[in-house]
Amino acid sequence: MDEVSSLLFASGQPPALRERPPACLRDLELDRVVEAIVADRGEYGLEPVFYTPLRDSDTVSFRQEVFRDFREPRVSDAVRAFASALRAVRAHLRRADKAYSTLEKDRWFLDAAHLYVQAVLALLEGLSSCPLHSRGLVRFRDLLAAYAASPAFRSLAEAAESLQAELSSLRFAVLVQGLRVTVRPYRGEPDHAEVVRSTFERFRQAHGTPYAFEFRHSAELNHVEAQILEGVSRLNPDLFFRVADFRRTCGGLPARWIDAFDREAQFYLGYLDFLAPLEAAGLPFCLPTLRADNSEAFAQGCFDLALAAKLVAHGRVPVLNDFLFRSPERALVVTGPNQGGKTTFARAVGQVFYLASLGCPVPGRQAALPVPDHVLTHFPRGEYTLDLHGKLEDDLLRIREILQVATPKSVVIVNEILSSTALRDARTLSRRLLGRLLEIGGLCVWVTFLDELASLNEKTVSLVATVPPGQPEGRTFRVLRRPADGRAYAEALAQRYRLTYHDVRQRFVP
Amino acid sequence: MTPRLLYPDRDFDWRWALQAATVRAGLRAGHHTAPPPGFDPSAGLPPNVDDLVQDLGLLPLLEAMAGEDDLVFEVSRRLLLEGTSADPAVVAHRQAVLADCLDNPDAVLELYGVSLEAADKLKGRYLGVLARYPDWVLRESVGTLAALLGSLRRLKSAADRHAPRFHSEGWRRLFAALHRDLEDSYLGEMQHHLDALRLPHGHLWSARLGPANKPTDLLLHPPPEGPRSWLERWKAWFRRGQDAYTFELSPRDEAGVKALEALRDRALASAATAVGQAADHVRDFFSCLRAELAFYVGGLRLHTQLRRRGFPTCLPSVHPAGYNLSARGLYDPVLALATDRTVVPNDLEANGKRLVLITGPNSGGKTTFLRSVGIAWLMAQAGLFVPAQSFAVSVCDGVLTHFKREEDPRLESGKFVEELRRMRTLVDLATARSVFLCNESFSATHEREGSEIACQVLDALTEAGVRVFFVTHFFELADRFRARRSGSVLFLRAERDAQGRRTYRMVEAEPLPTSHAEDVYQRVFGTGAVSGVGARSG
Repeated sequence: MDEVSSLLFASGQPPALRERPPACLRDLELDRVVEAIVADRGEYGLEPVFYTPLRDSDTVSFRQEVFRDFREPRVSDAVRAFASALRAVRAHLRRADKAYSTLEKDRWFLDAAHLYVQAVLALLEGLSSCPLHSRGLVRFRDLLAAYAASPAFRSLAEAAESLQAELSSLRFAVLVQGLRVTVRPYRGEPDHAEVVRSTFERFRQAHGTPYAFEFRHSAELNHVEAQILEGVSRLNPDLFFRVADFRRTCGGLPARWIDAFDREAQFYLGYLDFLAPLEAAGLPFCLPTLRADNSEAFAQGCFDLALAAKLVAHGRVPVLNDFLFRSPERALVVTGPNQGGKTTFARAVGQVFYLASLGCPVPGRQAALPVPDHVLTHFPRGEYTLDLHGKLEDDLLRIREILQVATPKSVVIVNEILSSTALRDARTLSRRLLGRLLEIGGLCVWVTFLDELASLNEKTVSLVATVPPGQPEGRTFRVLRRPADGRAYAEALAQRYRLTYHDVRQRFVP
Repeated sequence: MTPRLLYPDRDFDWRWALQAATVRAGLRAGHHTAPPPGFDPSAGLPPNVDDLVQDLGLLPLLEAMAGEDDLVFEVSRRLLLEGTSADPAVVAHRQAVLADCLDNPDAVLELYGVSLEAADKLKGRYLGVLARYPDWVLRESVGTLAALLGSLRRLKSAADRHAPRFHSEGWRRLFAALHRDLEDSYLGEMQHHLDALRLPHGHLWSARLGPANKPTDLLLHPPPEGPRSWLERWKAWFRRGQDAYTFELSPRDEAGVKALEALRDRALASAATAVGQAADHVRDFFSCLRAELAFYVGGLRLHTQLRRRGFPTCLPSVHPAGYNLSARGLYDPVLALATDRTVVPNDLEANGKRLVLITGPNSGGKTTFLRSVGIAWLMAQAGLFVPAQSFAVSVCDGVLTHFKREEDPRLESGKFVEELRRMRTLVDLATARSVFLCNESFSATHEREGSEIACQVLDALTEAGVRVFFVTHFFELADRFRARRSGSVLFLRAERDAQGRRTYRMVEAEPLPTSHAEDVYQRVFGTGAVSGVGARSG
């Protein structure tokens, strides 16, 4: 049943998931994104799903459909509520295992079953209350409906419900005099706190802080509570016999395929939860249109997801950029000043392709691209223990690896390669390496300080990280299609600080 | 029961004030105490508060109001700077309360004394982490209420004695509430209930079985009665039916005793909350009263000092809308308190004006004048008297100061950039009802560039409805506005008398071109060269 109801794969045998992240994840800083997503979802073991990009566009579409369904809050809320209910069910079952007395075990199990029944019914209702379009969720909902209607489930539900109701309506009284404790039936004594409250009503504040009393809470009964429970059970022997019987006769829960659904749904919810604050900050995300080949690929308004998460946490948003590959263009050559947003741009492009191949929404207003077979990256490494010769060699070794793996369906991101090599050598080598990549025919982003690479041939497009006109020290973080010239233009300071008449006036326009 | 001396319809944020006062007391005493958790030092204050205090020189003013009283300092600071109280109803409320205070200073100080005494009694009566335990809350709340009973009685007696001489709505409502809520019979009844809640003879509670069969939803029932009767009563009661299950804990079973206490705590929680909140309320009432009175005590103190030195004050008329601004005998109270020299008061007639351009020689009193306008505006909006013979103003949403900064060497390289950045920040803070006080803004660059930017900013601001006071030595800028002959611009000039001496008086006068820089250049170089190149060769 597992494969048939999978929310991650359309059909057949799912591919083996990778246990370790692909090399590009760290360069693209998606490792931090994945970390954040799985942070409080450790129990689900979702990392391998994020480590295994898909190569066939059918499965990508399959996941995109599910994401689209999950965009409907009624759907995602229902699944979210279900997940938290299942967490509680599992916790209860663990308690039932561990509890000391039979009276306790019986009750933990009853509570677990009751939660489970409610969770299943609530999920079914949630999923039935709005139209679903994805193959994955439609399939699951149908299975769930059949399950909920089955006689086994229905009798489980009824028994759990009625026993719960009986137990929770039972009130008993306890008289404490020194160390002597007497348990007896409740006889309708008045609520004394109410009397006290009405006396002090005059001094009650409208916004008085309620006391957050802390009661040492342990889930297990202590021996005093156990003795009280013993008293209550002796006062009500029939009820407690039926509760015990319920545990004896009930099978195992929850069903395995429901557990699997719960786990796989977290892939979608986790990702969407990560996006939520970014979207709230106004950043756009979209499900890319899938193209059969790489004659055109673009994203509008994209940005570096990891950087965005950091900025938004500080109340800021990143600058949005566009990229476009249109045949015969295969390489975007990015030049411009330091700290001008080149690396961020390159990362953003790589992320769009990688995330798209997971079936996820990507940063950007709109995007269309082929599903790549690999996203290959070459970013400068943090460690500087290598001498210059070693560094050049390291650079070349890494790029060789990339050239060996890359195919016409690959996306290659090369960032500031050969930056510590003599200029003339860097120029020669870079031309040669870029040339080879272009021959392979994949898509490529090449960040460099070498202006001349931008006009290598008709397959290269020049992009420049721009500076505000006249402000060479300023940064726009906009990367635009324009000839690489490294020059900036003059403009009034007032404009930079938005103090022109127009800027200030704009501030007061309602 | 609530004082409502600062706002007609709500309490002052007295918690903040008390915390701020504690922090300040710690700083003054020189020990570094961690700020209370959740305390936001800038709560309620505008983002530009530091600039305001520095540019208007407010610190000495606040110190004059506060003396050694940190609470008065912090309350006054907050209310003076709050900027958001541009609500004429609040201003009217405070002016009326303040007028009563000025008429009955001794009564106000007596009430403030009672609130201080209550605070003193509560020292050390802070529950802290123990507020998590119902039996502690119950016990401590009983103690707190008992301790404050005396203060409540004194407060009521003072209120009853002074009430006839107070006429403002704020005071009358407070006195009436004290009279109504604190009658003796009620205080006695309160005591009776507090005694009963000590549960000396055991307790009875009931519960339901919650998840995991733990007792839940515990209810406290009327406690068993006194020692003579309870034995009989309960014996009889339990003899009635056999449906009871009894067990007894061993005295050495500490865990069992704790478990039993934990259940008792849960049964007590609701009653403890009721008594606890009552104690909180009475304590909070005294704290709130203290914080609200602190503002008027500060006002009284400042008033006394200014009057002693012979400076006039008046309650301003504060208009809800429009472009009113007129003053007679306006002066800077900080200067008035700090110097023995004569302080020159100024008159100002700026009704309907959006831009007041102030020119004139250095050290001519322009900055002092700008400060006096800013301080008076803030004081008027806080509901205080103002340092003037008369003062009328339309409320603003906030005073924004942009003063030339000379003393910060770190900014040397990018002084102009810093000015621009700071101005943009203010523009972002502004609303159409803001007031800008600019002191030689954009002077870190040359006149042409500075004038150009200033002109664009001023046009945009004033067209939006913002009121701007702009002190400048840029003739080019001032002259541009002069040439337009707009009715909404007022030109003031720091006056020089016939001998060229400064009078520190601002007179309505158009800007004058000066050849000041040229003079200096001629004097220093003594050549006819007027350009920089000439200067080097000369």
